Amino acid sequence: MSMTIDNEIAAAPATREIKTAPSRFRNQIGAYKIFRSENCIGCGKCASLCPHGVHERFGDSGKMVRPRDYRCRGENCRSEEYFCINKCPVGALALRRNPVYSTLGDYRWTADLILSTWDQAENGHITNETLESEFGASGGGFDKLRFRFPAVPSGVDPSEVDTSLELNRRSDDPAAHKIKIDVPWYGGGMSFGSISDNMMVSRARAAAAWNTFTCTGEGGYPELLRPYDDHIITQIATGLFGVREETIQRVKIAEFKYAQGAKPGLGGHLLGDKNTADVARMREAVQGTALFSPFPFHSVYSIEDHKKHVDWIKAMNPRALISAKVAAPSDVDMVAVGCYYAGVHIVHVDGSYGGTGAAPDIAKKNIALPIEYAITRVHNFLADEGVRDEITLIASGGLRSAHDIAKAIALGADGVVIGTSDMVAVECIRCGNCESGRGCARGIASTDRELKNLIDVEYATQRLINLYNSYREQLVGIISRLGLRSVAELRGRTDLLMHLDYSKPE
Amino acid sequence: MPGKYHIETKEVPPRFNAVGRFGIIDLYETCARGCRNCVKKKCIYDIHKKEFDFAHSLDRPTEFMNECMNCLMCVQNCTRGALTRTQNPEYTWLGNEYWKPAIIAGIWKMAATAKLPVSGAGYGGPFSGPGFDSMWTDMSEIVRPTRDGIHGREYISTSVDIGGLPSNLEFSPGGELLGEESPVIDLPVPFILEVPRFGTVSRNVLEAMTRAARGMDTLFALDAEDAEEFAAGYAGWLAPRVKNSAIEKHAALIKSVRMICLEDSPDVLNAVARVKAINPGAVVKIRLALGDGADERVIELVEAGVEAIQLSADINGDIAYSDGRVEFIKDAFRRIHSLLVDRCVRDRATLIADGGIAMAEHLAKIIICGADCASLGVPFLVAMECRMCGACSRGVECPVNMSEVPPEDGAWRVMNLAAAWRNQLLEVLGAMGIREARRLRGEFGRAMFREDLERDTFQKIFAGA
Repeated sequence: MSMTIDNEIAAAPATREIKTAPSRFRNQIGAYKIFRSENCIGCGKCASLCPHGVHERFGDSGKMVRPRDYRCRGENCRSEEYFCINKCPVGALALRRNPVYSTLGDYRWTADLILSTWDQAENGHITNETLESEFGASGGGFDKLRFRFPAVPSGVDPSEVDTSLELNRRSDDPAAHKIKIDVPWYGGGMSFGSISDNMMVSRARAAAAWNTFTCTGEGGYPELLRPYDDHIITQIATGLFGVREETIQRVKIAEFKYAQGAKPGLGGHLLGDKNTADVARMREAVQGTALFSPFPFHSVYSIEDHKKHVDWIKAMNPRALISAKVAAPSDVDMVAVGCYYAGVHIVHVDGSYGGTGAAPDIAKKNIALPIEYAITRVHNFLADEGVRDEITLIASGGLRSAHDIAKAIALGADGVVIGTSDMVAVECIRCGNCESGRGCARGIASTDRELKNLIDVEYATQRLINLYNSYREQLVGIISRLGLRSVAELRGRTDLLMHLDYSKPE
Repeated sequence: MPGKYHIETKEVPPRFNAVGRFGIIDLYETCARGCRNCVKKKCIYDIHKKEFDFAHSLDRPTEFMNECMNCLMCVQNCTRGALTRTQNPEYTWLGNEYWKPAIIAGIWKMAATAKLPVSGAGYGGPFSGPGFDSMWTDMSEIVRPTRDGIHGREYISTSVDIGGLPSNLEFSPGGELLGEESPVIDLPVPFILEVPRFGTVSRNVLEAMTRAARGMDTLFALDAEDAEEFAAGYAGWLAPRVKNSAIEKHAALIKSVRMICLEDSPDVLNAVARVKAINPGAVVKIRLALGDGADERVIELVEAGVEAIQLSADINGDIAYSDGRVEFIKDAFRRIHSLLVDRCVRDRATLIADGGIAMAEHLAKIIICGADCASLGVPFLVAMECRMCGACSRGVECPVNMSEVPPEDGAWRVMNLAAAWRNQLLEVLGAMGIREARRLRGEFGRAMFREDLERDTFQKIFAGA
């Protein structure tokens, strides 16, 4: 194992306490830029006016600190008493849109969603309400769905709302663990190799703090994660990289990855450059060679074969819950029912717009269903088969916000898996270069010894804890406004949603 | 055992600096100068250094970061906050509303490197959209007899046949095959090359495409007059487009090629007979424009024994009808393919799609919608660095000097793009569990269409409510 992580920090449990976790960059990006001209007399008026902390005076020196313009609300302040631009006695301040803002993001993850996720990861709540934190601009799916909130307050006290999720619903497997997680999401699989051990251990610490799970992905189980065994899902994928009997025995949940939403029907791929000495050791492979996980499992061509797989894990770890991660082809409903009959506890459907460390662009866009279509299909089919309450349906693939999580549940999922949000929380900008050369220039999806240390474990853990807190706060807000008292009550309530193209206006 | 088909490739850097998406701007007044921590030196992609060298070697100062990888590390780490990133306006001017800048930039990259585009993070585009963006291909989760991971790729064939198949064979009482054997061309890739309908098509461009057609063992459709020039050494890979009035004039050329292209006209069947009289072993392809009456005309031609029909939309894939309706090429193909299937004559002719094929995924999708293969021109012009800026159509000088494309490099770039597209085709064929491009044709069941999904999902839930 690399010696660069402080093992004491890695092993120290984190708590849910919200602490400000500022950006690790000197220049944080916001929607606006404030320019201060040489005319500034350092009177400090702007600092006393701005409620958002954009301006600060450097002690009593009569000098001003460079504006923290990422906090600036820009035009939204214009009508306010405290609008610094108008109040400056010497007219030294100017306000512009930040040109970087217009280059940030894409249809799914808009600049606002990225900036808002950063805000939430820094502060633990939404502090900048001028950013659109609910919708992207994809023009379909979640972005066309809205909740029908009642006009009169529901009277439900948010503190009464139960956000927990029971993962084992099978009545025919009493010996298996009963696992209740405190929030209806857990972290998606990201392997050691695709991301660094710093990032893995940070995700595990945040998952433990929130009593939920994170997943190792396919690529071994770093020793650093041992203190968090009860919050780790270990993944068994086709390459079986780093999969050992002993790692399966130490966890409470094992996940078969049959396919991944971003590259359904194709295997995993770790480019040679990212297969560093550490990664190669963990995966029992040769350093510098590209590693392919084949598709599919050559041992599974039917549900009966899949059942053998489940039995194989149950023989090693009889109390483990089994999750089957599948992509979303048009017959995903049938696959899900098959998974139930094969004995899994969790069926995890990964939609086609989900994240990946590397996939051909043609696969990311064109193969299999977006998750929004898949959820209701699977939910209804399981219900028709009479097994809906015997299995946990987890949705993933392109969920970006607390609102997406709530919508996925209202469409019929029990809970969700998030991955990209974790990355964005530690300041991923979705440039998509995770796979190239030394990996992520920002140190997130990299195992390069120099780059990975751009991520500090304390910082990353806290940012994730903060984001989860903010997500939970918003989820509780949505559920209580709808007059419900738990996540479980929200499941499948499409009557509480409306679709911009089809629903009749109220 | 015959060798496996493979498109040769060779890295060919562009002649002109590609137009990049972003620019990094220095605010020189803010820069501390002489700062020992300059973020530009720390770029892990060395972009700033490359740009500096480029700008200096050509004595052409440029602020735009053509190869910027978009990590923002320099912008966010500069001690004085002196750097900012902007959109490069020139990038947004590339192409049109269909041939989007990302498509053009993508083609350039593939044409230079022959690599299929791979990236991290999820898909960031719109949920769905018009044209080909309103369909997804399907994969099968469990039953996959043909797919064996990345190593199964070499067992997937992208070959298609051009020519008609008789619905049955007839034999004499003595066991002799009756009737004439119809000619069939076995193409190793599901596309032919054609003179682009747009841009500066110089002699060099034609030569590059001619060489590429031979290099890939496919066909290149060009005017008979031009074909005469390249016939020596390349005749087997040329498909001359002959006017009805000039068939006899080009008899020697027609005798030496595998395919002849005719334009649809009232007496086209007579023209086909005249071509066949000269070269009975060649396939005759008829091109007709999609639009009013095209459906009926296709049926008429197929039932009259025409072996190959090229159906054209405009370069954006649109078909304009006289009643003002605009249809996209994929919908026309779905309908026409189904019409022919219903009449039990689908295999009597090859249908070639023309127009709107701008990405590898479009090729896969149009085949699913019923085309046997496609005819491609514009993508290969873009591969040779065309910016689709329209300068040529306005009589302005071409910014990338298309008339000076070195034919050999041009041919490599065409083959690089074709190889990258074929590679992507293998990916989706593999994911679909389909072993041959031939078997993908008209396989609507391996695709999912937005209108169906919306109807069965959201419309069902919300429109009734």
